[in-house]
Amino acid sequence: MTTEIALKKPNWFSRIANPGQFLAWSRGFVAPLSILTAILFAIGLYYAFFDSPPDYQMGQTVRIMYIHVPNAWLSQFVYGVMAVASIGTLVWRHPLADVAAKSAAPLGAVFTGLALFSGSLWGRPTWGTFWEWDGRMTSTLILFLIYLGIIALWRAFEDQGRAGRVIAVFTLVGALDIPVVKFSVDWWNTLHQPASVLSMSGEHVAPAILIPLLVMTLAFTLLFITLHIVRMRTEIFRRRAESLERQAAANLMA
Amino acid sequence: MTAFLAIIARDLRLATRVGGDALTLVLFFVMVGVIVPFAIGPDSATLSRLAPGIVWIAAFLSMLLGLDRLFRADDEDGSLTLFRHAALPLEAIVAAKVIAHWLLTALPLIIASPILAVLLAMDFAAWEKTVLSLLLGTPGLVALGTIGAAVTVSLRRGGLIAPVLILPLSIPILIFGTGAIATGNPDGISNAALLFLSAISLVTLALAPFAAALALRLSED
Repeated sequence: MTTEIALKKPNWFSRIANPGQFLAWSRGFVAPLSILTAILFAIGLYYAFFDSPPDYQMGQTVRIMYIHVPNAWLSQFVYGVMAVASIGTLVWRHPLADVAAKSAAPLGAVFTGLALFSGSLWGRPTWGTFWEWDGRMTSTLILFLIYLGIIALWRAFEDQGRAGRVIAVFTLVGALDIPVVKFSVDWWNTLHQPASVLSMSGEHVAPAILIPLLVMTLAFTLLFITLHIVRMRTEIFRRRAESLERQAAANLMA
Repeated sequence: MTAFLAIIARDLRLATRVGGDALTLVLFFVMVGVIVPFAIGPDSATLSRLAPGIVWIAAFLSMLLGLDRLFRADDEDGSLTLFRHAALPLEAIVAAKVIAHWLLTALPLIIASPILAVLLAMDFAAWEKTVLSLLLGTPGLVALGTIGAAVTVSLRRGGLIAPVLILPLSIPILIFGTGAIATGNPDGISNAALLFLSAISLVTLALAPFAAALALRLSED
């Protein structure tokens, strides 16, 4: 007598937890997200370079802000993503959490590096110096080094499963730097300008500059999401390829 | 309590035995102080101005390089597996190892600091302040280092990764440690910096054993 096995429809949790499911639904997202990112960049860059006013103090150099600020925000946001993924690994043993964390680390490092680089270029004409050891710049440099350390850790482990759990602990310890970066302009008498968009007393920025800034931030964020999904897919494929290689090697010896 | 003290005693005994290299780190510390005048010139005024920072950097590097010995030997001879399943909580064992490691690495450095003070033309007052800041800051450094050592314990060739991981996180200790010496203020010590330094040390001493124990448990085969 045959028993029918009722195939349950995959629920929302297995869609994000099961690697195969994730590969299936994420495939359809990559192309539309890329196009949307490109459109937003086109709009944002047009506004940033042509349609927004120069600053009364800084002149045309203020346009570097449209690159610098989104990168700086994203450097913290991506670490937040990694921290959440680390909690997912440690607390819920989420199967894709360590894939998410591993994929996000190089992206966050690049955003932080670009924030430091663009900020440095901006500092030369406005402050007269490429670098100053003030609170914001020092803590962002520390964040950059933490990112690089995490990337080095991922490459050092053979067993990626154990790597994911151990690196999750380290990521959460390193997360202590994020509030320092965010509040460094308030805590120290610093060269870097204080928070003007997300400060407690509301926004201090004129709409003509704020709108392009928000468009560029959205563009960069979508860039991160697109690249993150692509990297996660690549990582899942890489792990599958490795396990197939190991199986092939085992069959050879058997 | 006896188990806690027994772990400290064990580490101390192992390090001072024939196979242990208890004083190599002190040698490294002194050597850093020796090569600095060759690099920046023997001018006494420059040396004495930079001396507290140089002593701190030398202590920093020595302690970071010594992190590997925290758990590596125990991992290799199987003691770490026993620690993970012992009656004494792993957090307490890590705390005991922090104390033993401080006694074996930081204390000898502080005792050897007069050599560096002489080599780097430090005056007595500056040396006193340096010793005080080292006494307050090195416990936090050791505690923070255990996290790096615990994270890298399962790596066969994890050599330089633990210092690379811990260095960014220990920069506040370095900032407040040298800030406490306050070379701009000839009479007093910067009280605020000392208080921050002590706060950082106390917090890391309290919390690092938990993070390190978690990392050790997760590194189990």
